Amino acid sequence: MNITAFTFKKSLVPGLLLVILVALVTLPIYGSLYNVILVTSILMYANLTVSWVLFSGSTGYMSLATAAFFGIGIYASALFLPTTGAVFPVLVVVLIGGLASSLVALGVGALTLRLRGIYFAIFTFVLVVLIMELGIWWELSVSHLLGRYVILVDNNVIFYTMLGIFVLVMLTTFFIRRSKFGLAMRSIGENEEAASHIGINVTMVKVITFAISAFFMGATGAIWATKLTYVDPHVAFNVLFSFMPVLMAIFGGMGNIYGPVIGAALFAYLQETLQTEFPEIYMISFGFILVAVILYLPNGVLGLIQKLWKRISGGKRAHT
Amino acid sequence: MPESIVTILDVAIGGLLLGSIYALIAMGLSLQYGVARVLNIAHGEFIMIGAFCTLTLYTVVGINPLVCLAIVGPVIFVIGFLIQRTLFTKLRTSAPNQAAYEGSSMLATFGFMFIIQNIALIAWGADYQAYTYLNFGVNIGGAIFSANKLVILGFSIGIGVGFYTFLARTRMGKGIRSAAQDATTASLMGVNINHVLALCFGFGAAMAGMAGVLYSMRITLNPFMGLQYTVIAIIIIVLGGLGSIPGAFLGGLILGLIGEIVTKIDPSLSLAAHYFMFLPLILVRPKGIFGK
Amino acid sequence: MHILEGEGVTKYFGGLAAVSNVDFYVEQGEVVGLIGPNGAGKTTLFNLISAALVPKPGIIKYKGKNITRKKPHQICRIGIARTFQTVKIFANMPVLQNVLAGSFFGTSPGMSSTDATREALESLEFVGLSDLAATPAGDLTLANQKRLEVARALATRPELLLLDELMAGLNHTEIAESMELVKRIRDRGVTVVMIEHVMKAIMNVCDRIIVLHHGQKIAEGTPQEIATSKTVIEVYLGEQTNAGS
Repeated sequence: MNITAFTFKKSLVPGLLLVILVALVTLPIYGSLYNVILVTSILMYANLTVSWVLFSGSTGYMSLATAAFFGIGIYASALFLPTTGAVFPVLVVVLIGGLASSLVALGVGALTLRLRGIYFAIFTFVLVVLIMELGIWWELSVSHLLGRYVILVDNNVIFYTMLGIFVLVMLTTFFIRRSKFGLAMRSIGENEEAASHIGINVTMVKVITFAISAFFMGATGAIWATKLTYVDPHVAFNVLFSFMPVLMAIFGGMGNIYGPVIGAALFAYLQETLQTEFPEIYMISFGFILVAVILYLPNGVLGLIQKLWKRISGGKRAHT
Repeated sequence: MPESIVTILDVAIGGLLLGSIYALIAMGLSLQYGVARVLNIAHGEFIMIGAFCTLTLYTVVGINPLVCLAIVGPVIFVIGFLIQRTLFTKLRTSAPNQAAYEGSSMLATFGFMFIIQNIALIAWGADYQAYTYLNFGVNIGGAIFSANKLVILGFSIGIGVGFYTFLARTRMGKGIRSAAQDATTASLMGVNINHVLALCFGFGAAMAGMAGVLYSMRITLNPFMGLQYTVIAIIIIVLGGLGSIPGAFLGGLILGLIGEIVTKIDPSLSLAAHYFMFLPLILVRPKGIFGK
Repeated sequence: MHILEGEGVTKYFGGLAAVSNVDFYVEQGEVVGLIGPNGAGKTTLFNLISAALVPKPGIIKYKGKNITRKKPHQICRIGIARTFQTVKIFANMPVLQNVLAGSFFGTSPGMSSTDATREALESLEFVGLSDLAATPAGDLTLANQKRLEVARALATRPELLLLDELMAGLNHTEIAESMELVKRIRDRGVTVVMIEHVMKAIMNVCDRIIVLHHGQKIAEGTPQEIATSKTVIEVYLGEQTNAGS
């Protein structure tokens, strides 16, 4: 890459980001209700995916606990924002959802983040189902409720809250990646043993990162619940939300900060379109897309575009 | 016979029944993960498909559920074999390392879970369904047991033991076991590794399918029933030591007994109890009770 | 002064004693060689000192303080750094970032990023990798990867450096350079313990040598004493005869 292209890109990126942000903030003014709702669910997936990458992408620990943290956030809303009368304002509940999730993450992380490889993935996967089962048991035996209703919140409020969380999680990721803490995370992902022997407190770094990522997942769940309006343990702790962020991250590519966002946006858009156009076969086609992505796009769409670009530009840099 | 002994016998038979089904499922997953290194999230879907096919074959065509074993087992075997041979072979050869292969193949099976669940949803609908077969009482020393319970128990133990003998005694079984030890060396020694791994995945899927056939006599079915069995199978193979077939068998029986006991106390807690046992265990002995 | 001491250090794997009741000490400022046939327990002893493993039983003291219960990162922060037998670099990170991680988190974790960068660059300069600072570490040759590990360890500002087979797999020129490097590290005032199979290097660089065999310390002394020690020669000859048969 030569110098002019580099500086051009440097000034291009913040400009582009500003344009996108302005377009998003003003969306409820010029966009239709459908667009606002669509972008809200894109942002929801983007939040989960970016938070997932924040922890798993850098440390190399594949967490499947996303649905657990997301679900804890959803239940925070179900408990504190019932239709019979909200206990707290929406934003406070969003905060509660995030904090509750990160507390659980601190506990779970301290216990399990010494499990290596597939064990950590298995543990977090079982954790989601366990929390769901405990939720079902609690609702059936203790509170005698099948599900709970959450108050209706204005679509624009949901949208702006989701956008707010998105901006926060992006900024957090951006600053962590550039910080000393981010260097520690990457070192752990590269070689945990070596990282510990150069003075990095690997357990602490992993647990804190896990909790930060869980915070955003919980907050996202809390505001998402107001869109769902009806919540039960099956809805809240759906394992789908553990796997989607992983697939979206792979789809977009994890090499840089915007890959996961692009992956989430494309995937969520695809999901919404399939759901409205072909409701009968949308889930099946979705499954096929998932498998195809893993088979043919191991480096994500961005990787594919880069590959194509190299081929178009004569493959001069293909071997470096 | 006194009441308490009848209860104990009842729980024991029920626990063994559940345990033998678990054992089959877990042996299947153990084969898929232990040898083929695919942690199959769609494992339970093969149980669901086996169960639904039996329901249709019995209630619509009139084929005896036990005969269904001989139909469903081979068909699911072929499907599993082909999936491994095409898809996972491609993933395995293109993955930069073992961990990447394990991760990507697990994600791919999640895609399968979706596909299979939703095909079932279109084919059989979302409602709970059931049929009755051999549902009459058999008197054993004063305690009454449903005949299908005893049939399921007999068949699943038979299949489990038969399969274990196959692995231990036959040439093909030895090929599979050597591939489980070390895939590279096995392939150097003339074992066609892609073929063996495909056999493993096929057998694993077939065992789940046959467990579904048998268990369908006693449970209500719906397209989303698979996941809970996947999770239970994962728990068992972790308890039994990842990749250990005897561990999966014993672990299945133990978990079945515990599950039955908890169900007697509070049915709504039974699944939670399964999972809850697992959490402390994986922390204390991540290599499993029987793992080295 | 003894910078490092071990008393009755023992480690069992299963029923097998990898390190068995070893007493040792390291003087401030010296270069100690740790030699012995394969499987003698050398790397295990390094793992015990650097807290990757915990001795049971046994005590390890650093500057007179018991460090047996510390975690690896704490060991590094009190001034003990190490390298690895099989290199454990951060392969997808640039060379400079590898070393920067060392200077950020080593003995002075509160360091500013300017200071840390200066420290890292100085370490790279010291091992002769300045020109490759921007290269991904995974693209380096083995010899340079080993140098990078040394630079990363030095960037943590250790007082004691454990070098695990710095010279294995290197050619003659590279070995000569590595010997030079060890001497320069000692001249900086860093105490060195090195596991090495290259006898020429050991005899040339070390002030004192400890010999392990089957997890036990069988000899200890100056290079001269070790070279003429009957026990040591027997052990090494025994190994060669075994390898030959």
